[in-house]
Parts: sequence; C-alpha cells; structure tokens
Amino acid sequence: MKLIECKDLCMKYEGVPAFENLSFSIDEGDFLCIVGENGSGKSTLVKGILGLKKYSSGSIEFGGVKPKEIGYLPQQTAAQKDFPATVREVVLSGCLNRNALFPFYTKENKARAKREIERMKIESIADKSYRDLSGGQQQRVLLARALCATEKLLLLDEPVSGLDPIVTSEMYEVIHELNHSGVTVIMVTHDIHNAVHYGSKILNMSKNDYFFGTSDEYITTESFRLMSRGCFHGEGGCFTHGR
Amino acid sequence: MADELIAVFSYPFMQRALVVGILVSLCAALLGTSLVLKRYSMIGDGLSHVGYGAFAIAAAAGIAPLGFAIPVVIASAFLLLYITRKGKMGGDSAIAILSSSALAIGMIVLALNRVSIDINSYMFGSILALSEEDVVLSVICSVIVCVTFILLYHRIFAVTFDESFASATGIRTGVYNSFISVLTAVVIVVGMRLMGALLISSLMIFPSLSSMRVCKGFKSVTICSAVISVVCFTSGLIGSYFIDVPTGAGIVVVNLAVFLIFALVGKVKER
Repeated sequence: MKLIECKDLCMKYEGVPAFENLSFSIDEGDFLCIVGENGSGKSTLVKGILGLKKYSSGSIEFGGVKPKEIGYLPQQTAAQKDFPATVREVVLSGCLNRNALFPFYTKENKARAKREIERMKIESIADKSYRDLSGGQQQRVLLARALCATEKLLLLDEPVSGLDPIVTSEMYEVIHELNHSGVTVIMVTHDIHNAVHYGSKILNMSKNDYFFGTSDEYITTESFRLMSRGCFHGEGGCFTHGR
Repeated sequence: MADELIAVFSYPFMQRALVVGILVSLCAALLGTSLVLKRYSMIGDGLSHVGYGAFAIAAAAGIAPLGFAIPVVIASAFLLLYITRKGKMGGDSAIAILSSSALAIGMIVLALNRVSIDINSYMFGSILALSEEDVVLSVICSVIVCVTFILLYHRIFAVTFDESFASATGIRTGVYNSFISVLTAVVIVVGMRLMGALLISSLMIFPSLSSMRVCKGFKSVTICSAVISVVCFTSGLIGSYFIDVPTGAGIVVVNLAVFLIFALVGKVKER
C-alpha cells in the first residue's frame, strides 16, 4: 500500500525553486533514504511532507497515514543543549497529538510512553535530564518521542550527524530493527554508504535532476559514483553492500 | 519579631503590595522558564519600557493607566513575535529598538504635557503605587495567567522544547507562542507598578535561572521557580520595609543571592 505519493512536486525556498517536478512514492514497510548535496532541497522536501511548508505545484497524497501521524525526528537545536527536561517528559510530549484539546496526559499516553521507552532501551535513564545525556542517548529519546506520535511512519532528519562511528552504527541498527518490525522509515542523510546498505529505496536529489529507485539500482548510477567518490575506488573495506 | 510583622501588614498599602506581589511573582516565574529557554530573556525588559511609555501617555491623557497599558504592551509583544518570526531582524535588536523608542516617547510626552509623575517609582517600583482598583485588576489578571498556564502547560513545554516537532504533530505553535506573549505582556504591566520598569524582567528570569542550576525536569524547574519567586518576593518586601530601601531593588538582590547559592549547589552536585 502506498503511504505517500508525490507527483510532479515543485517547492520554493525563499522564492527560488528548490526542486521541480519531483515524483516518488513510499510504500508501507519501505526504508527510503533521501540523499543529495547541500542545497538540493532535502530539508524543503521534508517540510513539504510534514505540511510545514506549502508546495507551489504538484501533489502529495497520503494513504493509510495522516500528515499529523508522521513521527518526526528533527535536527537538534541549540536551545535543547541545556534544556531541563526529564527523558519521560520529552517522550510523553510525543503523545500530545492524540489528545485533541484535552490539556493533560491520559493513562493511555503514559502507558504508551513507557512502552516506547522500553522499546528504545532507555528505561535506566528515564528520570535523567535530557541535557545530561550523550548524543546517542538523546537521539534514542527523540526516537521514542517520535514513536509515541506514530505507529506507521518515521521521518528522520540526519539522525546520525555528530555521532561517533560506534554510536552511529548502533543508531542504524535501531532504525533497521524498527523498519523490520513494520515501521516505514524516511531518512535524510549524508551518509551515502549506510544509506545504500540499510535503505531499500533511494531518492537522490541534486540541483537539476533526481534519481528515485531501489538501492540496488542506485549503486549502478553515475550519481552514486559521484556521491561516494574517494571511498569507492578500490579502497578495500570501505564499502560493502548487502545485509 | 512576629508583632512587628503583624504591625507592618496592618497597613493597607502593605497588604495590597503583598497580595499583588505574590500573585505577580508566581505568574512571572511560571512564564519565565519558557522565556529563558526560548532565548527571550530580554523580552520582559523591552516590554516593561513599552509599559513605561504607555503609562506616561495615559498620565498625560488622564486615562486609566492599566486599562491603557495592557493592550499597548500586548500589541508590542505581538509585534516582537512577528518581527522575529519573519526573520527580518534578530529578536535582541528588535527588543532594543522597541524599548529605547518607547522610553524616549514616554519622556517626550511627559515633558510636552508638563505632567509630573514620580519617575523614580516607575523605574524602580513603589509599594505605594497600588490603588484598590489596581489590586482588583491585578488579581483578576494573575488568576487568568495562572489558570491558562496550567491548562496549556504540556503544550507550552512541547512548543518550548521543540517547535518543529510540535508543529509537525499538529500542535498550533503560532497560537501557543501568542499565548506566551500575551500572558507575558499582562504580567509585565501588572507587575511593573510594584517592581518598576527596570526590575520587573528580573522577576521573570531570576527564579527560573536559579532552579535550572539544580533541577532536572521541566516540571521540577517550574515548581521550584514558582516557590523561589514567591519566597524571594516576600522576604524582599519585608526586608526592604525594615531597612528602608526601594522594594524592587530589595527583591532583585534577594533573587541574586538565591541564584548565587543555587549556582554553587549546582556546581557541588555536578562533582
């Protein structure tokens, strides 16, 4: 089943076209990685999918998922670095979209937050302050929050930027497991090798052109060769494909 | 000592100051946490200068000061929000322009109309400034602020912590940001008679900063700053009465002392 289908989508960034005539779709269970150089319109596209920014033409159609049911993991902001909030408080805030105008958290909300905290294996730090956590732990907390908002679709905006290699691969395993358990994942990333390793589909955006297809198709393209330059040319062990 | 305290609070002006002050410091502390974390610490300062300008115009025109100042300051809060949102100017620059302009206009209006008001009391506050009417209006405003804050608490948290996530999940961040601005404006106007234009913003910022040194969660910071704020206000009010110093200044100094102590405790706890 198609969860999201974009047809001939055009969006502008500060009045200038960010991308034009972009068409792609996400099926249930997909792991779509959106890659591309800086300024190719990845973040604008993310805002378009989330409904935070209007598109100028084309269409985005949702099937089986409402626009407000996307579990979004945004890039971290500077203000969050010294933010006094416990892990539980942050995770619970993901449930707010379920409550319409009711001002407080319900029992179901709390049970759900507890479940997602267990799923992300962060029970031991549930009462700690978000600002005291490591980068990887913080991302797990934000993932748990995103999972509170959705069952179906996660949209991750550069979830591994700034993490060290070990934590990065842990993070990919967590996301991979979630995808395996039936959650559809859209991930914006600069990490091209892990994108083709974990992703089932790739959307490569560039200034005038784009590629959309399976990751197996993608690794045969010129744009993949360009994107992975410097690492791919026979430097053994640098890149392995397959799960 | 107890007898002396009873004697102090037998004066009606002291009773008024106590009631209004406790309510205002409670409201200020509740909102302060969100403002500090959103990097809007100076908004209180800017709005209180606008309040000063509005009070000056009200005095010159002979209209009710609070009834005029509240809408003007709310409008300025919206203006600030709009300017920052559009990204035309940094929030700090917008506040700087607004506050100095309002102060200047206020001074000119006063000079042109040859109205003499006690500038000292407007800048630094006065416990004598509150009339019976002011008290009623202040109490109503404070209760509205507190109730609104409690009802919106979780949404204010979500909007403060992560605006993009909140709006992606369908929370109308614009609405809640406006709520925070309006509530802040009301607290500033109501509180500045007592605390003065220069000192009211410290009432919003100090308690939150103090509790952020030691508390871990948003809820604990909020509760702790409310308690700190009320305690500092009450002891500052009583202290300033006995040693005969301006009330607003006394309260700020007590807040400063508490902040330093909490900062020290926070450092020790870290080890």
